[in-house]
Amino acid sequence: MATTTKKKIVQWDPAHVKAELLAKYPSKVARKRSKQIMINEAQGNETPEITANVRTTPGIITMRGCTYAGCKGVIMGPTRDIVNLVHGPIGCSFYAWLTRRNQTDAGPAGENYMNYCFSTDMQDSDIIFGGEKKLAQAIQEAYDLFHPRSIAVFATCPVGLIGDDIHTVTKRMKEKFGDCNVYAFSCEGYKGVSQSAGHHIANNQVFKHIVGENDEEKPGKYKINLLGEYNIGGDGFEIDRIFKKCGITNIATFSGNSTYDQFASAHKADLNAVMCHRSINYVADMLETKYGIPWIKVNFIGADATAKSLRKIAQYFGDQEFIDRVEAVIAEEMPKVLAARTDVLPRTSGKTAMMFVGGSRAHHYKELFNEMGMRVISAGYEFGHRDDYEGRHVIPDLKVDADSRNIEELEVVADATRFNPRKSAEEIKALEDAGYKFKHYDGLAPDMENGTLIIDDLNQYEAEKLVELMKPDIFCAGVKEKYSIQKLGVPMKQLHSYDSGGPYAGFEGAINFYQEIDRLVNSKVWSYMKAPWQDNPQLSATYGWE
Amino acid sequence: MLLRHTPKEITERSALMINPAKTCQPIGAMYAALGIHGCLPHSHGSQGCCAYHRSTLTRHYKEPVSAATSSFTEGSSVFGGQANMLQAIENIFAVYNPVIIAAHTTCLSETIGDDLKQIRKKAITEGKIPEGKYMISASTPSYVGSHVTGFSTMVKSMAGLAETTGKKNGKVNIIPGWVEPSDMEEIKRLTTMIGVKTIMFPDTSGVLNGPLSGEYKMFPDGGTTVAELKSAGDSIGTLALGEWCSAAAARELDSQNKVPCQVLDMPFGLKATDRFIDALRTIAGVTVPDELSLERGQLVDMISDMHQYLYHKKVALVGDPDQLIAMTEFLVSMDMCPIHIITGTPGKEFERRIMEITKDMPFAVNVRAKGDMFLLHQWIKNEPVDLLIGNTYCKYIARDEDIPLVRWGFPILDRQGHQYFPTVGYKGALRLLEKILGVLQDRKDRDDAESNFELVL
Repeated sequence: MATTTKKKIVQWDPAHVKAELLAKYPSKVARKRSKQIMINEAQGNETPEITANVRTTPGIITMRGCTYAGCKGVIMGPTRDIVNLVHGPIGCSFYAWLTRRNQTDAGPAGENYMNYCFSTDMQDSDIIFGGEKKLAQAIQEAYDLFHPRSIAVFATCPVGLIGDDIHTVTKRMKEKFGDCNVYAFSCEGYKGVSQSAGHHIANNQVFKHIVGENDEEKPGKYKINLLGEYNIGGDGFEIDRIFKKCGITNIATFSGNSTYDQFASAHKADLNAVMCHRSINYVADMLETKYGIPWIKVNFIGADATAKSLRKIAQYFGDQEFIDRVEAVIAEEMPKVLAARTDVLPRTSGKTAMMFVGGSRAHHYKELFNEMGMRVISAGYEFGHRDDYEGRHVIPDLKVDADSRNIEELEVVADATRFNPRKSAEEIKALEDAGYKFKHYDGLAPDMENGTLIIDDLNQYEAEKLVELMKPDIFCAGVKEKYSIQKLGVPMKQLHSYDSGGPYAGFEGAINFYQEIDRLVNSKVWSYMKAPWQDNPQLSATYGWE
Repeated sequence: MLLRHTPKEITERSALMINPAKTCQPIGAMYAALGIHGCLPHSHGSQGCCAYHRSTLTRHYKEPVSAATSSFTEGSSVFGGQANMLQAIENIFAVYNPVIIAAHTTCLSETIGDDLKQIRKKAITEGKIPEGKYMISASTPSYVGSHVTGFSTMVKSMAGLAETTGKKNGKVNIIPGWVEPSDMEEIKRLTTMIGVKTIMFPDTSGVLNGPLSGEYKMFPDGGTTVAELKSAGDSIGTLALGEWCSAAAARELDSQNKVPCQVLDMPFGLKATDRFIDALRTIAGVTVPDELSLERGQLVDMISDMHQYLYHKKVALVGDPDQLIAMTEFLVSMDMCPIHIITGTPGKEFERRIMEITKDMPFAVNVRAKGDMFLLHQWIKNEPVDLLIGNTYCKYIARDEDIPLVRWGFPILDRQGHQYFPTVGYKGALRLLEKILGVLQDRKDRDDAESNFELVL
């Protein structure tokens, strides 16, 4: 495309924008929302406080989903060789059927149940008389049909209400089969305040029932787990390509393109690299406590971020040969990336973006926009917690409210035989003295410019207002938000499903993203909003056929 | 293979549903509610239900779908959701200001016994529903029936707004059932052409096929108005299209408002459209205009021109009962042979209707209500077909078994057109026929050897 950026002057004052967002609310709602809308004034280590991970007010059109979606849809959905059986009325399983674009590569003959949708299709009689028998029968039928190595059962809202004991049923079936691990997730949709509770529940059960099941030694010199990467649009494929080139062995991805055995072997890795902090930090912590594997925060969204994360992994292992290899890979990959960046920059730099997505993505994608010379003028999470905004140092100060208290915290202790600190205390200290940070995440706020708006649990009304007042060049959120934003004549990029695009991770992904955003913000279609006769409705003279 | 674990051998399953041919009630209630002008659908349950329904409808229409939720937490699940619903009503009118809220329940609120009618009364008593604003509700437990049931129940709730003044309005109520906005538009074109004044509800045309003009209207121009719904009690009669989708509302108007009704099949294909047009003509006492007879003739013409490509072609169908009954009849009327027919929606009557329509076909027919697409796939493995018609999920079967696929039904997540181009009426049947012939002839062009590759088909 030959067009260059048209400079658009939009004046806005964050305090005015915030006031406008709140103006229409009943006072109670306004009070609550005002604590979730923060004008970023981060200075050095001082980050203003935001309220997050609290209930959405009934009637407010939220972007959020439920606990079941976070558990079954997000964390467990991408694992291909587990039969994911949803215990409940049909809808919950139907809506989570192939809609998250988790790609997987099972090869020509490998086990892959991801294209299937399994449900106990509860009927009113099951609600009245209990659904345990039907669940047991459904597990039996799945076992007889497929003989999978594992069957996972997910509870939907009515299951908890009628008191079906899914954990006893699955335990019994596991014992009966002998060769199939069966376990359950109490991820009823009403628990917690968003998908986030479901992530936690999934983390707990995977850790309890699968991690550590396979003690076989895994080959490889630099063994890591990649936590919080879901292979949407093939992101995980690209990261694995880079890992392979660098000589990094990825024991387990939680959970993009994963298998049961990856989870079962996760304790064999020597480092946990955490992508999506929100959804998976629980497993990272538990793997450290029980098996002695340290964790670091990484980000493979953005070419520079990818290079930085690879160097961080190399530095951890500390072998010069490995460090050199990683540098060689970066040196080999970057010219293509820089060429693509140079190509789009004249058309993208100076443009503005907004991102309201996930619990880490709104932060990760900032890297890519930075690389394109674009400014993120407002951002926030759908289901993040305060630590995702302000950094992990606030964790000790987090208030445990009624909704969080309901989510189990596993008591994890060092494994009697398998706890093995991968680095000695001296080694850890040496790394830390050199500026290396373990278990560290600064959150979104310090990375946002001063005077930008950070908004938690943005809703439809506020989204529309923000676009109207701040006129971004692109808005990023999910499918529910896409078309109302585009009706306003502003391009919208889905950062959950990528609008069928991707991958956007790693080096190849960065190139894809540059080109995709260039396409979106410079598309001709945004100039067609008005017909010629709407631009100039008054005829000054009658046209005559001469 | 995408569905590599599906065995050819069929074993009876009593508890495990695999690859459903239905989804749950609330999404049907939400879709129906979007067909009222100025309406905000509301899901009384946990947030996920509302998010899932909005996402699915958005993926199908590529249009904004607004709906609110009661955002249940564990506390409200224990103590009841009344406080959440009352708060929601207040916030919805304050922030979004719709004309009407159409609330539906979920398995959660049904299981704990929340009663939306009673909550509505309380909201009125407490002044939470402003003057001139409305709220209707539908009980849509996800563990009964299917998305079709939820649709039907919400449409019946709309009929509950009808008032009888004693003075007939000279109009015919048309309840179109779960069809696309384009189909609703086409039904209006047909009734206008014949000269019948109608009240059609719901009507999602102008709601879910809106333009891009730089302006976002949370409540688009389309939809049946509350005034029209009120007036439906004064209509001279009701035509309900589809027993599963529309009959309940029509019977409600009959018993509550003494508006007589006639339940017809959905007007897909030649014969069902014939019956629809004939019923309209009879009710209104008018002559069918020549231009409509011309449209019919054009359809018959194409069937006769292309009959050789249709004759005795075996078809597998999956979808919803009303649509499948009409489609089966259409295929049989063209000498095609629908041999495997599945719906996920319960109802023995469905199986009876299908058996009756296909009774003279030269092949045995497999039909199942409360079936799933796993079973359909197994039937196809045992008795292959030339064509598959159904929603987007069929593409996994179509690719594995290498069968031409016509996307028709709900949801369609990967192709466009259903928002804008109808499949009801004669014009719609022509479009269906064009699609069917398109995939069959593309297949022929792909499979024919070079030696007998044809220019003219």
